[in-house]
Amino acid sequence: MADKRMTPAQVVARLQDGMTLGIGGWATRRKPMALVRELLRSPLKDLTLVAYGGPEVGMLCAAGKVKRVIFGFVSLDVQPFDNHFRNARQAGQVAASEMDEGMVQWGLRAAAMRLPFLPTRVGLGTDVLKLNPWLGTVRSPFADGEELVAVPALKLDAALLHVSESDEKGNCTIQSPDPFFDDLFARAAKEVFISCERVVPTAKLINALTARLQPFERSLVTGVVELPFGAHPTASAPFHGIDVQHLADYNAAATPEGWADYRARYVDLPDHDSYIRACGGYGRLAGLSLPVF
Amino acid sequence: MTAAAPDYTLAELCIVACAEAWRNDGEVLATGIGLVPRLAAGLAKLTFNQDLMMTDAESVLVAEPVPVGPRGNYQVKVEGWMPYLRTFDLLWHGRRHALVGPVQVDRYGQMNISAVGDHAKPKASLLGVRGFPGNTLNHPNSLFIPNHGPRVFVAGEVDVVCSIGYNPARWPGGVKPADLDLRLCVTDLAVLDFGGPDHAMRVVSLHPGVMLEQVQAATGFPLYVEGTPPVTPAPTAEQLEIIRTRLDPHSLRATVFKGNPGGVRQAA
Repeated sequence: MADKRMTPAQVVARLQDGMTLGIGGWATRRKPMALVRELLRSPLKDLTLVAYGGPEVGMLCAAGKVKRVIFGFVSLDVQPFDNHFRNARQAGQVAASEMDEGMVQWGLRAAAMRLPFLPTRVGLGTDVLKLNPWLGTVRSPFADGEELVAVPALKLDAALLHVSESDEKGNCTIQSPDPFFDDLFARAAKEVFISCERVVPTAKLINALTARLQPFERSLVTGVVELPFGAHPTASAPFHGIDVQHLADYNAAATPEGWADYRARYVDLPDHDSYIRACGGYGRLAGLSLPVF
Repeated sequence: MTAAAPDYTLAELCIVACAEAWRNDGEVLATGIGLVPRLAAGLAKLTFNQDLMMTDAESVLVAEPVPVGPRGNYQVKVEGWMPYLRTFDLLWHGRRHALVGPVQVDRYGQMNISAVGDHAKPKASLLGVRGFPGNTLNHPNSLFIPNHGPRVFVAGEVDVVCSIGYNPARWPGGVKPADLDLRLCVTDLAVLDFGGPDHAMRVVSLHPGVMLEQVQAATGFPLYVEGTPPVTPAPTAEQLEIIRTRLDPHSLRATVFKGNPGGVRQAA
């Protein structure tokens, strides 16, 4: 049986310029940030991102990696706006393919089911169709004859996800209260790379009662990267909460000098352990309380 | 002699006015985005519509509204699961009423939370369209605007039309979508709805001490007015008790408006 464990560098080595990458999680929850930092250190460029966006979008934009973002929102939750993403948008530096949150799900689901599109009413009567000429319309073949929006399949070259635990084969669990749409990101992608809090033996991963915590089956998984606190500064419940202070510092660093300083302190480091130490160590991160809204 | 100081704040008046949005909804998911709408949903559930469903703003349905701010020993009363996937399923199915806070609103009730200026290179990039297109096509929506002014209630269409409104030129096939239903619009000056001719925005009531001319001057398009609008009802003692002790014990609502003004405007 295949051992799919990889290093972050091995994951990024499989990616290429111009790829469409899906990033799992939701805003400030379960973002694969350690893999994103590896992307930031790489020479990759011209990426298209598909995301329920959090700080990963702003960071990749600040580093000049992004050509286009397909999204329903980009937010840091406790701070509504990501200033790095705002700068990139307001400079016209990235193409913004902005859709309803449910349409993003629909596009991923179409890709997951290997359909060309899925129909919906959502988007009708708004600027979403005008802003996204790549969306289509389709007429119901039935008696209603209703005209509907056709959301094209959002096919991903790769998906990057942060899950709770995994075995070395890619059987994994998401133990946080909301699995979000990670399953669709996985099924919409040619290759799936998961980071996890820890790699555990299969027998310790799940049992018949907890099997429903598995978001998708291992045949989708290309690589498994053990990265405790790999979602930091976003939350990875039940292991740790959001690092609100870190996100505030990051958001305040949305100038060329500020970003250079942030990079030097938190991105351009030799390894994940160095990052954890720069953020105050494993003890501090383990003590980050879970989000209360 | 001067009149006794008002015993409720503008924030409390707005919470009570917003709660009215859900009075006759029955068993739907009440989603209040932002502090005032969220407290309003909780107030509606604890008073006149106990059938409402609501979440902890994270992933579970709760049998009673969760107090905002630090929870101390409070235990969330879980009655169900509501991850985002189920939220999407529910809202496309229609049994939800959201109270939202757009950055711009136009005469058609079209809302903007995406960007100010040209979308390709905006003056201000905001959140993104989020769920607004789907929400407004599928279930009732109400609005809370804490800064009633002509930059919010804009003269033309909003810069990015994120939600469908009462603009026939944008309706598919020129026909009003069956589930398009904009309800209340509560601001810091007045309560409005879309009950005028052709769904024009109508003044329902004026907050205590606010003049009609003031509301119209702060709005970039003509408001429909029938006779003399009544004054927005003051919170009752029961409502204030619930807001202050159960829903918002740390008084986060005091931060909604600068200086936390009283609910009765004093004549200038």
